[in-house]
Amino acid sequence: MATRSYTSRRELDEHTFHPAVALLVPVAFIILQALLPKPFPKLAILDLPLIATIFFAVSRRNPIAGTFTGMVIGLLQDVLTNQYIGINGITKSIIGYTAASIGFKVDVDNLSTRSLMCFAFSLAQSGLLYLIQNHLLGHLGVPVLWLHELIRAVVNTLVAIPIFFLLDRTRSDE
Amino acid sequence: MESFFVRFRNALVLVTVLLLQTILLAVQVRDLRGPSQPDGRKVTLLRSWAVAAVAPFERSTGFIGRTVRGGWANYIDLRHTRQQNSDLEKEVARLRLEQAQFAEDAIQGRRLQALLDFRRQYVTSTVAAQVIGTSGVDSSRVLLIDKGADYGLKPDMAVITPDGIVGKLRDVFPHTAQVLEIDDPSSGAGVILASTRIRAIIHGGPDGKVQIGNLTADSRIKPGEIVLTSGGDQVFPRGLKVGTIESLAPDKDRQLYSLINIKPAVNLSQLEEVLIITATQADLSAQAQQDLAQGEASGEQIKADAKRAADLAAERLPSLTPPPNADGTPAVDPAAAKPGEPPKPVTIVPRTTPVLHPDRYSPGQTPPASTLTPGGQNSNPARATFVPDSSTDSSATAPAPTPRKKPVTPSPSTPPGTPKEPQR
Repeated sequence: MATRSYTSRRELDEHTFHPAVALLVPVAFIILQALLPKPFPKLAILDLPLIATIFFAVSRRNPIAGTFTGMVIGLLQDVLTNQYIGINGITKSIIGYTAASIGFKVDVDNLSTRSLMCFAFSLAQSGLLYLIQNHLLGHLGVPVLWLHELIRAVVNTLVAIPIFFLLDRTRSDE
Repeated sequence: MESFFVRFRNALVLVTVLLLQTILLAVQVRDLRGPSQPDGRKVTLLRSWAVAAVAPFERSTGFIGRTVRGGWANYIDLRHTRQQNSDLEKEVARLRLEQAQFAEDAIQGRRLQALLDFRRQYVTSTVAAQVIGTSGVDSSRVLLIDKGADYGLKPDMAVITPDGIVGKLRDVFPHTAQVLEIDDPSSGAGVILASTRIRAIIHGGPDGKVQIGNLTADSRIKPGEIVLTSGGDQVFPRGLKVGTIESLAPDKDRQLYSLINIKPAVNLSQLEEVLIITATQADLSAQAQQDLAQGEASGEQIKADAKRAADLAAERLPSLTPPPNADGTPAVDPAAAKPGEPPKPVTIVPRTTPVLHPDRYSPGQTPPASTLTPGGQNSNPARATFVPDSSTDSSATAPAPTPRKKPVTPSPSTPPGTPKEPQR
């Protein structure tokens, strides 16, 4: 049986995933995100790709991996919309990088920390999207419904907690 | 220098990734195509690959969902089918009557359009498609349908349902296509308010509502007014239903303008099937012309039935129409005829009050007092009829009794237009 030695807390907390899981889970989440609002229109408020980005970034604790994971997921999300390709890519790259960086410093396996992170990242994504739309693309006058974004953050947090627990079981290092 | 790259490796990777994506955005924005327009060739290729990867899953999921729903709806949940069938038959009968009534209006409208040289586009062919997915982002109101270029679909074709408009095609791939719904912030359509005939442009709001934002405050615009397509955008044919005005409020950002929220006629969030208009033409299609002719024939039939019913009712009721002349020509009013003009047939006869009792007081009708015998029998037939005696035969004492209930009709020799001398 292979043994593994840990030399730091970072190595202790770093998790790896089977490539199939790392590939299929984000794709499945993107497809689900495209499918669910059709029978259940209210579920358009969910952002499953964001949850996947946060989970993999936090679990790997590697900012570069988090950046690329966020970029790929965001770009895939963009190509299914009518928006410019890169809007979600930029947003989720930043989210992935930040989530992985925070993973160094706090215990991200804690339920409260996870909830707080999901809530904060969901709001941060809304703010980043607003900045990109209004200032980078120049679509001035696109308002942000902050109450709606707040509700979105709460809903995403509530959905993310059980998903995180399920995805924890897909770690290959346990 | 090497230590700089090693030390800030993570941040440099992030900056590089962001920079690359910003350049990607800039390339797309440079094309001057808005989000409502189809992408450029390279971007379309990217989307085509992604959609081709996702579409099979969406197609299969949609197929499973439809099969389950169809099995439930067609084989299990048939409890109220008989009642529904009966209701629908009544509905069809009612609609047939409506169709007959509308056919006449349609024919008249087309005649007027021809007089004004007005060209209207009629929908001649459509392609039905299943909705298999969405964009998954609530700020992007885009649907994915299971028909594409292989069915002759092209960008900017109108997408409708029998209830109203849905949107237009954006990107068309070989086997699938993107539909940009009318509630997307980047969409737009020319509309006209049905009763006030005010033209406007609709677009999607940030909260997913369909809005009109280019109208100034107008007291004529009221909630509940129907909004139709105007045909001015060259995408939607004229006269399709868009929705109804839900609310009006002053636009906070632009004074003088109103923000009019529209409730779409179509439930945009739960669409299963849509129709894509692939062709229009200036004349009605053969099928539509046949329907119109059928409606016209039904209208004639209804009018004939109504006339027959009116004739029957007229036969049973007292007539006010003067009887025709002996030669069969209708009675005319000589007084109304002007010299040099042919006499007009009389259509209205003045109503005369029926005689309630015989004339007893007209001069010359009352017998002189010398001829009267006190307590003697009155020889005046008029008085005789006035004093009825149940024991005596009235026919014997009243030689020419006038029927009291029958209305008086003027004789042909009497000018019908002249009012009768009032009787005291």
